[in-house]
Amino acid sequence: MTLAAGSVVVFSRNIVRSAFALLFAFFGVAGLYVLLLADFIAVTQLLVYVGGILVLVIFGVMLTQRQVSVDIKTGTLQVWPALIVTAALAGSLSAIFYSTEWKTSPLVDQTATAPKLGEMLLGDYLLPFEVASVVLLVALIGAALIARREKKAS
Amino acid sequence: MSDFVLWLQNPGLSHFLVLSAILFSLGLFAILTRRNAIMVLMGIELILNAANINFVAFSRYAAATLDGQVVAIFVIILAAAEAAIALAIVLNIYQNFNTVNVDDLNKLRD
Repeated sequence: MTLAAGSVVVFSRNIVRSAFALLFAFFGVAGLYVLLLADFIAVTQLLVYVGGILVLVIFGVMLTQRQVSVDIKTGTLQVWPALIVTAALAGSLSAIFYSTEWKTSPLVDQTATAPKLGEMLLGDYLLPFEVASVVLLVALIGAALIARREKKAS
Repeated sequence: MSDFVLWLQNPGLSHFLVLSAILFSLGLFAILTRRNAIMVLMGIELILNAANINFVAFSRYAAATLDGQVVAIFVIILAAAEAAIALAIVLNIYQNFNTVNVDDLNKLRD
């Protein structure tokens, strides 16, 4: 489902349809996280991506629309090189991933991951945690500053 | 061919990796081909999600710890911050130039 939704996002001519397909792609990715027994990440993904970023994207789509459909590059030189490059990338990566002998460790029985993640975030990963919160603060202030209406042309 | 069918029937690490590789290249195609700035943003989000799947899959199958999930949390945080700023910039561009077509934004060029 994730790949089907991703394909609709990339290839659709209607940008609103792409935005809604992105919703299904995010749900698909959250389902994959649940399959990988990453429960906290799955719920975080739903909250942050679907509830936050997707809402922002739909805001952006609706506020910058003058016509309903936005076309892909129609027939000019751009589509075919991009198609060749991305198909080559996908093919080579998939071939590599398919044929290597991955060193897998035995699968652990996974209990709830949230307490362990909390311990790690406040233990080994304390510095990135604090830096990430500063980044979020700066991003918040910056986004509010950039997007406000300019009253006069300066 | 029967190797492939056998591979399809036993889900493991490489399935998640192949899926994330295909999702990555779909996002890359969106960035390379689309003219609307918001479509480029959607491609970026797809790429970040693909990388996240990679991290979490490795954390589950190839390591007994949860390091990959911690990195995935940080990637989600940074993706949220970057999407907010990028959309603020796009809205500002739309207010000033009245277009979000990335081909038309060439004021810095001679």
